[in-house]
Amino acid sequence: MPFGQLLIEGLAMGACYGLFGLAVVIIYRTSEVINFAAGTMAVFSTYIAFHMITFYGHPFWLAFLFALIFAALLGMFVEFFFLRPAKNPTLLGLIVITIGVQLLFGGLVCWKWTADQQAFTIPFSYQVIYEPLPGVFMSQWAVAVFVIAAVIVTLLFFFFKYTKLGTAMRATQQNKHAAKIVGIKTDRIFAFSWAFSSVIGVTSAMLISSRTILDPEFMMEPFLRAFAAAVLGGLMSVPGVLLGGGIMGLIENFFGYAMPAWKPITAFVVIVLVLCVRPSGLFAKHYVKKV
Amino acid sequence: MDMKRDYYEDIELFSSGTILFWTVVLLVALFAAPLILSNYHAYLFNLIMVHVIVAVGLNILVGSTGQIALGHAGFFAIGAYATVLLMTELSIPFFAALIIAAFIAAFFGFILGLPALRLEGPYLAIATLAFGLAIMHIIGHVELFGGRQGLMAPALNIGIPQLGLDWEICSEKGKYYLILSITILMTLFAVNILKTKAGRAFVAIRDSDIAAEVIGINLTIYKTLAFAVSAFYAGVAGGLFAFVLGFFDPFTFHLILSIIFLVMVVVGGLGSVMGSITGAVLITYLMYDLFKNVDEIPVVGDLMVAVSEQWLTVTGMDNFSMIGLGLVMIGIIIFEPLGIFGAWIRVKKYWKTWPF
Repeated sequence: MPFGQLLIEGLAMGACYGLFGLAVVIIYRTSEVINFAAGTMAVFSTYIAFHMITFYGHPFWLAFLFALIFAALLGMFVEFFFLRPAKNPTLLGLIVITIGVQLLFGGLVCWKWTADQQAFTIPFSYQVIYEPLPGVFMSQWAVAVFVIAAVIVTLLFFFFKYTKLGTAMRATQQNKHAAKIVGIKTDRIFAFSWAFSSVIGVTSAMLISSRTILDPEFMMEPFLRAFAAAVLGGLMSVPGVLLGGGIMGLIENFFGYAMPAWKPITAFVVIVLVLCVRPSGLFAKHYVKKV
Repeated sequence: MDMKRDYYEDIELFSSGTILFWTVVLLVALFAAPLILSNYHAYLFNLIMVHVIVAVGLNILVGSTGQIALGHAGFFAIGAYATVLLMTELSIPFFAALIIAAFIAAFFGFILGLPALRLEGPYLAIATLAFGLAIMHIIGHVELFGGRQGLMAPALNIGIPQLGLDWEICSEKGKYYLILSITILMTLFAVNILKTKAGRAFVAIRDSDIAAEVIGINLTIYKTLAFAVSAFYAGVAGGLFAFVLGFFDPFTFHLILSIIFLVMVVVGGLGSVMGSITGAVLITYLMYDLFKNVDEIPVVGDLMVAVSEQWLTVTGMDNFSMIGLGLVMIGIIIFEPLGIFGAWIRVKKYWKTWPF
C-alpha cells in the first residue's frame, strides 16, 4: 500500500476516533463522568438505523435522522434514570454505573440482533477511489469522514461560543455551584450534554461500522482508541482530542501495516506510555488539586 | 461501629464469641458439604471459591487502598498460564508452580503499580483496563501460550512426582477440599494483613494519599505493595481456576471478567473482607448459574422465552446475564452504595439500638 494512502486512511480513521473521543470529552467536561457506555450506546443507535434500513426498507437518510433522534433520547434516558438518582457517587461509583449501562445495552443489543456480524452500508463507499493529486488516493468514505468531522467541529465551535445553551454548558463545566447560583439548571445541562455526546458518538460509529463491520462489539476497540485519543488530548480540550485522534489513527495504521498481528494493542501501549510521561495527557493544563 | 478500647482488641481475629461460633459452624458446614453436593454443584462451589480469592485480593487494592483496578483478569490469566506452563514445560510440582506463578503475577502487579503512582481516577481506570486487554492479546499471539486455541490443564498431581510421591486429584470433590483449604488460608492472610502496619498504611492512602505521605508513609512502597499483593491473590486464584476449568483460552480472560471481579467487590462492600466474600458468592451464583439458565426458572423463564419469541430473538437470550449484571451494578450504586456490607451494618445497628 502506498504511503499516501496509508496516511489518508489513517487520518480518516483518526478523525472517526477524534469524533468519538469528542463524545467522551463532552460528557467529561460538564459532569466529570467517564462514559464507559459510550461505545455500546452508539452501537445500539447504529443498530436502530440498521434495522430501519434492512427490515423496513427505509432510505438511509431517514434512518440516519431517526438514529440521531434515538441517540439523543437514549443519552438523556441514561442520564435521567441511571446517573441522576445516584446521590453523591464516588468516582468508582460513577465508573461502575457507566460500565453497568454498557453491559445492559450490550446485552439488549445481543438479545435483539444476536451476536452475528452484519454489513452496514452508507452512501459513501470506501471502494470508490478518487485521485485528486497524482499518486494520492482518497476513498469516497475518507472524503465523507473529513467533511462530516469538519461540519461537526465547526457546529460545536459556534455552539459553545455563541449560543445560550453552549455558554451555559461552559459555565457548568467551570463551576457547577456558581452556574446554579446564576440560574442555570445544571441537571438539565447534564442531560443535554449526554444527548449531544450520544449523537456525535452514533455519527462516528456509523462511519466506523461502514468501514469495518456491524456486530454488538464493534465499538469496543474504537472506543478504547477514542479514549486513548481523548487522554492524549488531556480529556478536556476539543482541539486536543481531534489532534489525539489523528495521532492514534496514524500510529495504528502505520503500525498495523508493519505488524498486523499486534495492531489491537497499539492503542494500549500508547495510553500507558503517554500516561507514564504526562499523567494528565499531552495538552492538559496542569491544575493544582485542593487537599 | 463497635468501639475498640485497646490495641489488642483491635487485632483480635474474632471480636466476640458469637462470631467465633458462627465461623466454626460455617467451616464445619463447608467441610461437610461435599457429602451432599452433586458434581455440578461441587464445580460451582470451586468456581465460587476461586472468585472469592480474587475478590478478597482485589478488595485490598480497591477497597482498602482506594485504587481503581479494571485489569485483574490479566493477573488471573498470568496465574493460570504460568501455573500450567510451569507444570507441563518444566515439570515443577503443583504447589511450587502455584507459588511461583503467584509471584510472577505479583511482579506484574508491581510493574503496573509503578505508573499507577502517578495516575489517579479515570486515568488509572483506563491504564489498568489497557493492561488487562494487552495481556489477553499478548497471550493470544504467542505460540508458547497456545495462541487462540488455548491450553489444557495437566492432571492435578499435588504430590512431588520427582520423589515418587504421587497424589493425583481427579474428582471435583477432591479439588473442592484443595481449593477450600487454600481459600481459607488466603482469607485469613487478608484479614490479618489489614491489621498490620502495611494494612493501616493502605487505609491511610485510601483516605488521603497526601495526608498519608505527610505522616511518613512511603507512597511508592505501599501503593506498589498493594498492587503486588492484590495481583498475588489473583495469581493464586488463576492457578486454581486453570484446574477448575481444565481448559482455557485467551477469551476466558476477557475484559468482562475484570468487570465481574470489580463488581464482586463493589456489591459486597468496599473495604470489608466478609463483604467481598459475600459479593463473590452472590455474583458468581448469579452470573454462572441463575442468569445463565434463566429459561429454566419456573415462571420468569417461560415469560422471557415468550418475550424473546415475540419481539427479540431466542438465540440471543444467553445475553440476559449481561443485562442482569448491568442492572445489579447500577442498582447497587443507586440504592446501596456501601454494598451488602453496608446493608448488614444498617440492619445490625437497627437491631442493637431498637426501639430507638
